[in-house]
Amino acid sequence: MASVTVSTQKGILRRPMATTGFWSWFTTVDHKKIGILYGVSSFAFFLIGGGEALLIRSQLAKPGNTLLNADQYNQIFTMHALTMIFLFVMPMSAAFFNYLIPLMIGARDVAFPRLNALSFWVFLLGALFLNSSWFLGGAPDGGWFAYAPNSVVDPGNGMTFYAIGLLITGIASTVGAINLAITVINMRAPGMSMFRMPVFVWMGLVVQFLLAFSLPIITVALFQLLFDRRWGTAFFDPTRGGEPILWQHMFWLFGHPEVYILILPAFGIISEILPVFARKPLFGYQFVVFSGIAIGFIGFGVWAHHMYAAGLGPVANTAFGISTAIIAIPTGVKIFNWMGTLYGGDLHFASPMLFAIGAVAMFVIGGLSGVTHSIVPSDYQQTDTYYIVAHLHYVLFGGAVFGIFGGMYYWWPKVFGRMLNEAWGKVQFWILLIGFNLAFAPMHILGLGGMIRREYTYPASLGLTVWNQVSSVGAFTIALSVLLFIINVVRTQAKKRALETDDPWDARTLEWTTPCPPPAYNFAEVPTVHSLDEFWHRKYAEDETGRLVRVPAGASGEAHPTADGHGIHLPSPSFWPLVISLGFPLLGYGVLYSWWLIGAGAVVIVVGLIGFVLEPSVAE
Amino acid sequence: MSLDPHAPPRPAPPVAHAEYHPSTREYVRVGLILIALTCIEVWLSYSSIDGWKLIALLLTCTLIKFLMVVGYFMHLKFDNGRFSRLFALGAVGAFTLYVVVLLMFGVWGH
Amino acid sequence: MADVTHDAVHTEHVTSTGLSSTKLAMWLFLASECLLFGGLITAYVLYRGQSTTGPYPQDVFDIGYTSVSSFVLLASSLTMVLSHNAALARDYARMRLWLLGTAMLGLTFVGGQVFEFTTFYHEGLSIKTNLFGSTFFTLTGFHGVHVTVGILMLLILVVLSFRGALSDDPAFPVEMVGLYWHFVDIVWIVIFTLVYLIPSPKPPGVP
Repeated sequence: MASVTVSTQKGILRRPMATTGFWSWFTTVDHKKIGILYGVSSFAFFLIGGGEALLIRSQLAKPGNTLLNADQYNQIFTMHALTMIFLFVMPMSAAFFNYLIPLMIGARDVAFPRLNALSFWVFLLGALFLNSSWFLGGAPDGGWFAYAPNSVVDPGNGMTFYAIGLLITGIASTVGAINLAITVINMRAPGMSMFRMPVFVWMGLVVQFLLAFSLPIITVALFQLLFDRRWGTAFFDPTRGGEPILWQHMFWLFGHPEVYILILPAFGIISEILPVFARKPLFGYQFVVFSGIAIGFIGFGVWAHHMYAAGLGPVANTAFGISTAIIAIPTGVKIFNWMGTLYGGDLHFASPMLFAIGAVAMFVIGGLSGVTHSIVPSDYQQTDTYYIVAHLHYVLFGGAVFGIFGGMYYWWPKVFGRMLNEAWGKVQFWILLIGFNLAFAPMHILGLGGMIRREYTYPASLGLTVWNQVSSVGAFTIALSVLLFIINVVRTQAKKRALETDDPWDARTLEWTTPCPPPAYNFAEVPTVHSLDEFWHRKYAEDETGRLVRVPAGASGEAHPTADGHGIHLPSPSFWPLVISLGFPLLGYGVLYSWWLIGAGAVVIVVGLIGFVLEPSVAE
Repeated sequence: MSLDPHAPPRPAPPVAHAEYHPSTREYVRVGLILIALTCIEVWLSYSSIDGWKLIALLLTCTLIKFLMVVGYFMHLKFDNGRFSRLFALGAVGAFTLYVVVLLMFGVWGH
Repeated sequence: MADVTHDAVHTEHVTSTGLSSTKLAMWLFLASECLLFGGLITAYVLYRGQSTTGPYPQDVFDIGYTSVSSFVLLASSLTMVLSHNAALARDYARMRLWLLGTAMLGLTFVGGQVFEFTTFYHEGLSIKTNLFGSTFFTLTGFHGVHVTVGILMLLILVVLSFRGALSDDPAFPVEMVGLYWHFVDIVWIVIFTLVYLIPSPKPPGVP
């Protein structure tokens, strides 16, 4: 690593200086290292959530199965959803945003690097706190949606862990959202106007605003649930005038923007991959951007489509049916733009491209079932059946997870200086595609056939056993493909770094102008941006016939300029983010067990924040 | 926000060098108005006005106080419009969303 | 792209908008807080008049007392902007005076809340007594915690100024804390009207 100046301040608690080595990972404020921390942690939770899925599908492989009893099943399916949503997709998106956004906009780091570290550690400790419930009396078992009054009266501590765990991870996400939003708004390189930003950055910006405005809503609901459970308040107690349906409103007011938070990052990834592997600009850039913004806004107006069967009445149901149908439009716009990008392109079907196209195709299927949900009468049959499980997995797994895999194959060389094996990647893709469809396509049939979701077993008399078996085979096929991916990663990382070029995909955006991996300071010189797809235009011009012609000395594959980062000052590492984050599980255990721990947690957080604020800044 | 890929980079919009800050006297005036409005609110609540009329009058006073603090004390009146838009997104958004939620409960019929 | 505003002096580097990242972040944070307090207020408004047992608001509220609290908080916003003006003029003594004044007024407000809540408790209203207690104490409790955090920030500012840590540009951190403080004040402006002044309907059967 090139030399970077770090703080030499003296103090009672000296600010750490090392930017390399094992311990540096605990004090790093570098967005790239934080991105890797998020990526590794979230992948570990992906495996845990996947394990939970395999248990579900094993239990449901035959009717009347006794692998899991009802109570265990409830915990497993609840934690499967919580893990996949809050501990995998969201932090994995954070991994991508953290690593890539500064590089894509020509910045050296995010707006508030120490807050960035704080977000990660709070997330990790919240995730561990939530999972500690397994060992402390049982995991949450009221569904990820935690409908009241069941979630209130549910005995044991599981749902209390739920409320506190999500409150903690919610704080991490809110802080991170503000950080990344300001980064995009305020830290762009000269010439990088908003409409010269990559679509991935735009989707990131919309996601941060969705987070910032939806998380407070569920925060309120979680506190109300927590207070009802722990201190006997009446928020959702119908015997004292409370309205359980208030929970549903508050939850889905958050929950619906949440699903766009889950999918927009993948939409951003797809929008970066398709142009590179079609060797064509993204078709209709402005439409893709504006439709993303539209989805963000309209996403706050559709929440009650999760409540059609809750008795809101025909006026509310109709209004939300209309708004839900409307939100399909901007989503459809994106699909057409992606297709337009591919059409007439010079297509290269490398692994990232396969996953990106697979994501679009699978998402379209999920989107179509979603449109059938928007129609109130048909949703009356579908709701609470496996048809919904099919829909949500087609959009979330088919869309977001395929997109994430595509992003991993695409940016692996950038982050780790090595390429994942292409042959293994292609095999993994096809096995995943087959396994995924085997697992979830039959669920449409199961749902329309009347199989209820969230139930630990089903009777043979339903006549749906074979579809359950197919689905379970699919689940294990998915597991096989993930195993292939892990082997690919292990074999790749075991090798020495060896990239022939820092631009292995002949890409379009600024992050590829840096070495693989980039130095701590990202850019030796902050780039000046003249157009969208800035890097592409530095490499290629068009001749009179419109053909691409390589611009001499415009690529980054050549040796880097002599600037090596001397004199670039970077924010120093800090241990305060880790210290502050330790206070949160203390608070959480305190709420469960003892006021002393609440006090301890509060003290740690307050002292930590004061230390954070008073910490001497970088010397230079 | 240039859509022309080859246009030269545009600088950030120019901002006045000397920012306007209200003087102590102006701040005190705002403060006195806020206190006066609060007195009116309290008087209204003790008065014989009731029902929708009371609520409308009270909410009007509250809104004026809100806007005055946001505009003068929080300086939005004199600041770059971005800050106002950012805050309005949250404030107006919150108001709209929650009014819709309350409407769905038929709360006005209580 | 040089940012020339007073705000932007505090950025270590040039920003895309010419505005301070910290100030933008603070406003985005306050915007998101609107959704937090909006949710708490919504629960209060929704459940107004729905408690199945007493005490009810008209049994415990003392509007005169709470009005004084409101004046105190409003005054604290005034002292806050006066401290900012002093900071702009680099009059550190006055700045600290008004900062401490703001903190004192804030403490008075919180103290007043604590006294009010204790009184209500002795009159039979706790957070778990009924819907009114649940929504009231949660809403005002969250607000009170926010005020307390604000007081801590004000005191830290005073300490920092004594240590000379603010000498670069004292007005900026004072302005940032001020934004937070005024927000907490405007939340109270809304709470005072919606909770205390707008009368609650009497539940059926209550004289």
